[in-house]
Amino acid sequence: MESLTGAPSGEQGDVDVGAALRQALIDETLRELDAELVGLKPVKLRIRQIAALLLVERLREQAGLSAEPPSLHMCFTGNPGTGKTTVALRMAKILHRLEYVRKGHLVVATRDDLVGQYVGHTAPKTKEVLQRAIGGVLFIDEAYYLYRAENERDYGQEAIEILLQFMENRRDDLVVILAGYKDKMDRFFQSNPGLHSRIAHHIDFPDYTLEELMEIAELMIRQQMYAFDDESRQAFREYLDLRVRQAHFANARSVRNAIDRMRLRQAVRLVEQGGRIPKGELARIDAADVRQSRVFQGGPEGEAPAGNGAAAVCASEAKDSI
Amino acid sequence: MRLTQGTFSFLPDLTDEQVEGQIQYCLNNGWSLGVEYTDDPHPRNSLWEMWNLPMFDVLDPKAIMHEVNACREAFPNHYIKVTANNSTRGRETVALSFIVHRPAHEPGFRLDRQEAAGRTVRYTIHSYATDRPSGARYERE
Repeated sequence: MESLTGAPSGEQGDVDVGAALRQALIDETLRELDAELVGLKPVKLRIRQIAALLLVERLREQAGLSAEPPSLHMCFTGNPGTGKTTVALRMAKILHRLEYVRKGHLVVATRDDLVGQYVGHTAPKTKEVLQRAIGGVLFIDEAYYLYRAENERDYGQEAIEILLQFMENRRDDLVVILAGYKDKMDRFFQSNPGLHSRIAHHIDFPDYTLEELMEIAELMIRQQMYAFDDESRQAFREYLDLRVRQAHFANARSVRNAIDRMRLRQAVRLVEQGGRIPKGELARIDAADVRQSRVFQGGPEGEAPAGNGAAAVCASEAKDSI
Repeated sequence: MRLTQGTFSFLPDLTDEQVEGQIQYCLNNGWSLGVEYTDDPHPRNSLWEMWNLPMFDVLDPKAIMHEVNACREAFPNHYIKVTANNSTRGRETVALSFIVHRPAHEPGFRLDRQEAAGRTVRYTIHSYATDRPSGARYERE
């Protein structure tokens, strides 16, 4: 720290980047991110870049080289279940640690919170949400719903305009993160080019590979204090391999749902079995718990026909439950 | 004559930094803050015009400061105060209110005596500023 404050301005003198790095807890933050989020290489890379930039920016400031603070508005796109919301929740914490935002709270908003019901209702509503988000991060999930192309009198446009103005004029006060599915977001930006260019970071969340999905499953199972044995682990890998190729596969969310259903089957198995069992049995997932899934019984059974959207997925997930 | 109304009014004017510190104190207490302005400085006039609704759920004093500054810009020749409302009793009650902006020149008050029935004398104070129409009271001649 001393080497920092004592750093002479101008071109002479050294700046201790290492010390600043340790002091800002950046390594620790990034390591946490690595440990808790599987895969997501491009996302982690971008976060690393942002962290480095903010650090250097601070060092530059101390050295008397001032520049405009970087714009950190972001847009997360990706398929369902790739971790957009999870990362956004973390982003607030990370940016707070990097001292980019002052308070580090996250305000989550959807169309309902921003767009009003009648003329003159939208502006105060949007402004109030923005005001609450000052000093933190505003996360707008499924941002494409803000704009409804089919209705030109929709108040969503007004909300977008206020949002734009805020993003431009008060960028040192808050960070806006938009999130949504890739294709819908692309269409959304096509109709709002101004918004697209005002967002510096467009981060695409890739689908998980089978290995990464297994890793996620292990992580979730561990967090819920369950455990695979060797057979059930193999069975679950086969399950994922089949499931990935089916319709409405939602990455980590599908894994979570599969785990929930396995817990149900395990519970039923234990209850039907009765008698005395060792404590370890309560945590163990048996291969049978996995293999009872309809996914093994000839493909898309238990899955809704394609094209029915989210509601159909929910129904099919429920049907698949026991 | 300097108007003394609300908390801190016998102190020298608060700097922006101090105002922000006070706002942070209010936020720490969970109070919601509003900005009010007036050009009618009578001591009994404690309900001033609201610049906006009290700002609920705000965490960052910068958000309030932005409104204070916007109000200063719109009403450079008015009194502006910040009020903090405490809702713990189920109603928004003013817990703290302090002046953050005042006109450059404050002409002060005079004492009026009115002779009433018998030998009663009624006293009232009268702000010189209110001799002029509202909105033009503190403008420079």
